[in-house]
Amino acid sequence: MQFQFDSLAAFLHMDGHGTFVWAAYGVTFLTLTALALQPRLQRRRLKRELERQQRIEARRRSVETRRTREAEPA
Amino acid sequence: MHPVRRQRLILVLLLVALSSAAVALVTYAMRNNMNYFYAPAAFAAGEVPMEKNIRAGGCVVPGSVVRADDSLDVRFALTDGRAELEVVFDKILPDLFAEGEAAVVTGRLMPDGYVRADQVLAKHDENYTPPEVAESMAAEASCADGAKI
Amino acid sequence: MAWQWFHRLGSPRWFYQKTSAWMPWLALASLLLIGAGSIWGLGFAPEDAKQGNSYRIIYIHVPAAFLALAGYYIMAISGAIGLIWKMKLSFVVMRAAAPIGAVLTFIALFTGAVWGKPTWGTYWVWDARITSMLILLFLYIGVIALSRAFSREQVADKACALLALVGTVNIPIIYKSVDWWFTLHQPATIKFTEKSSIDPSMFYPLLTMVIGFYCLYAWTLIAHTREKILQREWRTSWVQQLMGGESATESKAG
Repeated sequence: MQFQFDSLAAFLHMDGHGTFVWAAYGVTFLTLTALALQPRLQRRRLKRELERQQRIEARRRSVETRRTREAEPA
Repeated sequence: MHPVRRQRLILVLLLVALSSAAVALVTYAMRNNMNYFYAPAAFAAGEVPMEKNIRAGGCVVPGSVVRADDSLDVRFALTDGRAELEVVFDKILPDLFAEGEAAVVTGRLMPDGYVRADQVLAKHDENYTPPEVAESMAAEASCADGAKI
Repeated sequence: MAWQWFHRLGSPRWFYQKTSAWMPWLALASLLLIGAGSIWGLGFAPEDAKQGNSYRIIYIHVPAAFLALAGYYIMAISGAIGLIWKMKLSFVVMRAAAPIGAVLTFIALFTGAVWGKPTWGTYWVWDARITSMLILLFLYIGVIALSRAFSREQVADKACALLALVGTVNIPIIYKSVDWWFTLHQPATIKFTEKSSIDPSMFYPLLTMVIGFYCLYAWTLIAHTREKILQREWRTSWVQQLMGGESATESKAG
């Protein structure tokens, strides 16, 4: 097995077909990478959402305890 | 399997079978209409409507390609092994267009019996070979008899 | 009893925990195979006698097209299993398969168009193979759209599964289109029953890419499924624990 091109320039040019070949590979790898990263972004969003929910829950609870304390006779 | 699940399975299978049958019937019915494609023999037999948009395909007859000196006009003949069809084209031919290779043309049949093409496309086969191997295979033309068309 | 494993397979939690260990290996395998296959196909495989270097697009076009079709089977079969056994996980897999299949179909169409220009002389032709692939893309997009169209998840699941099942008709049409109709698209190069019409020096990089794409598909499908499981089950204690909030452990399991 042997590298088929004499120079890097020839490799990029591919006898005039370079634009087509590199465009095809470029678009493929870009879209596949985006697809692979999507779950990571979703997880981050879910985590943020869960933390928000927890903050709301914590605030609600603290308000509740304050109210019950106020309601208690001193 | 639970009888309810079995029933659902049968329903699902029925759905797939029915829609397949519907599509199969439609494509079968459309088969003749969809094929605006004619082989050179159909032209010789006079089955092709005049001045209508049609597609034709065949093997480019070796030695038949003639370029005009003063314009982009190219004349060539297509064959399917039974008859030949003359084509005139006035735009740039694709890179892979070559004598002895398959081509597909879109255009109209003119009263003089030739096709004036709006588009000429090169059809290539499913064989992939490195140049050295191709040379050693004794320059076998890919569609000399039009058998692949 | 024989069905027990099958039903356990339907547990999203079980699936999530089971697949955790596989993910890095699948990722590594797909990266290595696709990396090696691309370098091999782009730089080391010989050029084609007739098409020159433009044929190098085959190394992504064919694997993408393979998986666009295989992914449709996975989506439709998951939909069918979900309909019949009412299995939650199955619908999740079906929904995860839709965007992945759409992207792969798009890649197959795009690389085909870019390959068509230097070889046929046109980017696009309304030919049976290409048109049926376009219909496949619309089917995938249809499933994605349907999955978002209903506010009730169960209704959406059923609608998606039905559309996916009806759409399976398209698959044999795609396979057979090059034989049934006159098309510009060449017949299959890799054949399982007879000798492939591609030289071994070009076939091995292609095989590497196909296996690499299969690994990548498996990884992507599982990753998307796992994410969707977390989204669906976010109320449960195991998800909240997993997402790591201290107060989360106290909150009620939904």
